[in-house]
Amino acid sequence: MKIILNIQRYNPATDKEPYFQEYHVEVNPNERLLDALMDVKRFQDGSLGFRKSCAHGVCGSDAMRINGKDGLACKTLVKEVAENDGDIITVEPLKNLPVQRDLIVNQGEFFEKYRSIKPYLINDEQVVEKERLQSQDERMVFDDTTNCILCASCYSACPVLEEQPMFLGPAAIAQAFRFLADSRDKGEDERLVVLDTPDGVWPCQNHFKCTQACPRSILITKRINQTKRMIEDDSKKDGTLS
Amino acid sequence: MIHQFDTVIVGSGGAGLYAALEASQRSKTAVLSKLYPIRSHTGAAQGGISAALGNVEEDKAEWHAYDTVKGGDYLVDQEAARILTEEAIQAVYDLENRGLPFNRTPEGRIDQRRFGGHTREFGKGPVKRACYAADRTGHMILQTLYQQCIKNNVSFFDEFQVIDLIMDGTTCKGVIVVELSTGEIHIFSAKAVLFATGGFGRMFRITSNAYANTGDGPAVCARRGIPLEDMEFFQFHPTGILGLGILISEAVRGEGGILKNRDGERFMERYSPTLLDLAPRDIVSRSIQTEVRAGKGIRGDGKIDDYVHLDATHLGKDILMSKLPDITDFCKTYLGVDPAEDPIPVLPTAHYAMGGIPTNVHGQVIGDGQGTVINGLYAAGECACVSVHGANRLGTNSLLDLVVFGRRAGQHIGEYVKHADMPEPDAEAAAEARAWIKQLMDGTSGPHGGHISDEMQTTMMEKVGIYRTEKEMQAAVDEIQALRTRYHSVRVQDSSKQFNTDLLEIIELGNLLDLSLITAASALNRQESRGAHSREDYPERDDDNWLKHTLASLDGDTVTIDYKPVDTSIWEPKPRSY
Repeated sequence: MKIILNIQRYNPATDKEPYFQEYHVEVNPNERLLDALMDVKRFQDGSLGFRKSCAHGVCGSDAMRINGKDGLACKTLVKEVAENDGDIITVEPLKNLPVQRDLIVNQGEFFEKYRSIKPYLINDEQVVEKERLQSQDERMVFDDTTNCILCASCYSACPVLEEQPMFLGPAAIAQAFRFLADSRDKGEDERLVVLDTPDGVWPCQNHFKCTQACPRSILITKRINQTKRMIEDDSKKDGTLS
Repeated sequence: MIHQFDTVIVGSGGAGLYAALEASQRSKTAVLSKLYPIRSHTGAAQGGISAALGNVEEDKAEWHAYDTVKGGDYLVDQEAARILTEEAIQAVYDLENRGLPFNRTPEGRIDQRRFGGHTREFGKGPVKRACYAADRTGHMILQTLYQQCIKNNVSFFDEFQVIDLIMDGTTCKGVIVVELSTGEIHIFSAKAVLFATGGFGRMFRITSNAYANTGDGPAVCARRGIPLEDMEFFQFHPTGILGLGILISEAVRGEGGILKNRDGERFMERYSPTLLDLAPRDIVSRSIQTEVRAGKGIRGDGKIDDYVHLDATHLGKDILMSKLPDITDFCKTYLGVDPAEDPIPVLPTAHYAMGGIPTNVHGQVIGDGQGTVINGLYAAGECACVSVHGANRLGTNSLLDLVVFGRRAGQHIGEYVKHADMPEPDAEAAAEARAWIKQLMDGTSGPHGGHISDEMQTTMMEKVGIYRTEKEMQAAVDEIQALRTRYHSVRVQDSSKQFNTDLLEIIELGNLLDLSLITAASALNRQESRGAHSREDYPERDDDNWLKHTLASLDGDTVTIDYKPVDTSIWEPKPRSY
């Protein structure tokens, strides 16, 4: 089928502001949107800028806005976003992050916020056994959050970040939960200091946009709410002690 | 811009990150990567990492080593395989202790499952050796190692593409890289450089590999006179998604999935009576191809793109969801097939380079057939050839390779840089690279890389694929040479300095063309069948003449071949059957 890709172009070094450019592409409806973008890149316009790598939804490189929805170009089939010959698919860079070139955004602050929640196992105790024992049930408590590929789709979809750019954002909180809920981890105090702040977990208003956008099916909003409850339980505990 | 570090690591997949963790504790270390680190292709590895923990049933490192040697059709260096499998056990515990969320046994230990070619008691039957985290084991390893690098404040230079190596005789003095966001060329002067740039499956049309898998490290080394080892051995994974080549993990068969032809027959019974569907990958891929050629594929037309079925319907939704969730998701997304309901259409997909930059067991690069060490140059992971995979790698041994040898290389570098002199930074070192980039961007019009890339991938897929003949491989060498000639006049269309991904792809294409030539020439030269290298004109393994590693050097437009011996100090080579 013949589709039209309407792609936002912008090179901060030469363009005053972003503009849209149309490309006509012949595609199979079962192909990925990434295949259509590659067709443009390789045979029509080498200057089109976008990131890509694994091409099957596990590396997180090609997150972008497709017809106004955040997701991965390699996990979006053409038939999901175009029905008929001549249909237009609008492709834009992720929101809430500065554009560096066309569909490429600067992910620096996204990763800074991820780093701030100490996304690594904290446990200085000597391991008695060869491995730290953990039941399969204990492991399943945080299972879905380990799927995160840090693609920033949720970060772009979050309406709170549009109003409050310093908000930690969905991915960082979900990754904090991943460790807080791990029976092997001892880093609760260190992480709650970051999470229990005006720009930490509290700005989340349960819009569920992050959960809808997540290409890895992580129940992000639920994990954020569980994190809020951990903080509340922790402060209650402190309250009874004092 | 000129930078000075003790250690520069190029690539941030499993091998690069593990080496960085070790080296950064002992030296001033920089990690350069063309991708954000967690985007590396280690993250796409699915099924598991093998270690003889014996958590589920009795197992021994010695059995694992034997399986690795036999799986590699006796082209494995056996002392290296012994190290790999013995250090595997502590390596897996280390990953767990650092936070990796493995699936667990009812006792809370790391769970293990079956994988192709892994056996108990030297081939008596399958053994549960693969430690796993659902079907996302590589993702979890990459995440865990990246998390540890954050914890240890490792310095990253994200989106920096390597374009040249600074060599002074047999000593490496650094690398030349281009920063993608600005187009600026940087000189990284260093006492030690480690290449951990991964594979180069993108030379083939149907591949499980990422776009980024373009063999940048091996290609840069080859152009600076370092021979590449055993490049003719390229693994085709038996089960890629029809048409796309996306990997369907061997874990599907490890959990009980069965390959079937158009008659519904479990054809592996005829090819591998003992291990059946869990025979090593070279054998299963050949079996599928043989079925397809005999008109037993699902369409039945005997064409090269016909396919077979991987049936997992009898496993049930619970097993699929708890142990193979991503596979289930891929099938639904890309094929519209629910593997709990219908069989998965699969065909072999170019997957893994057994060959690469020759190294010893410390990760030091070896520059010739006499064992000469290139001072300060290291390689680890898929881009390297230790050789623990020989002529055919066993499933799960790649994740193991990058963890064990990434760590060993990082430790060795830590010691090496203590006594090495810091090279004098030399602005002239980038002159050749600058001239090349300037030429690519001189604004004249030339052929675009897209067509050359297309033709290269088709040639390699059709003529240097699973079954090979002299006639086809000679044609491949000639065609790749012609494409290399056309490549000289390719020009970048994008005139911008900022994020010029057009320039990046043309650099990558040049690397793939050089490696395609070396692969095709090495394959044409080896007149026997061994592991993944199956010649219809030389169908038997020939230990008398070919029990040796190939060393292929690129000298301008010619490939010259040399050899080095295989370490067979533990097990005498025997005929290989399963």
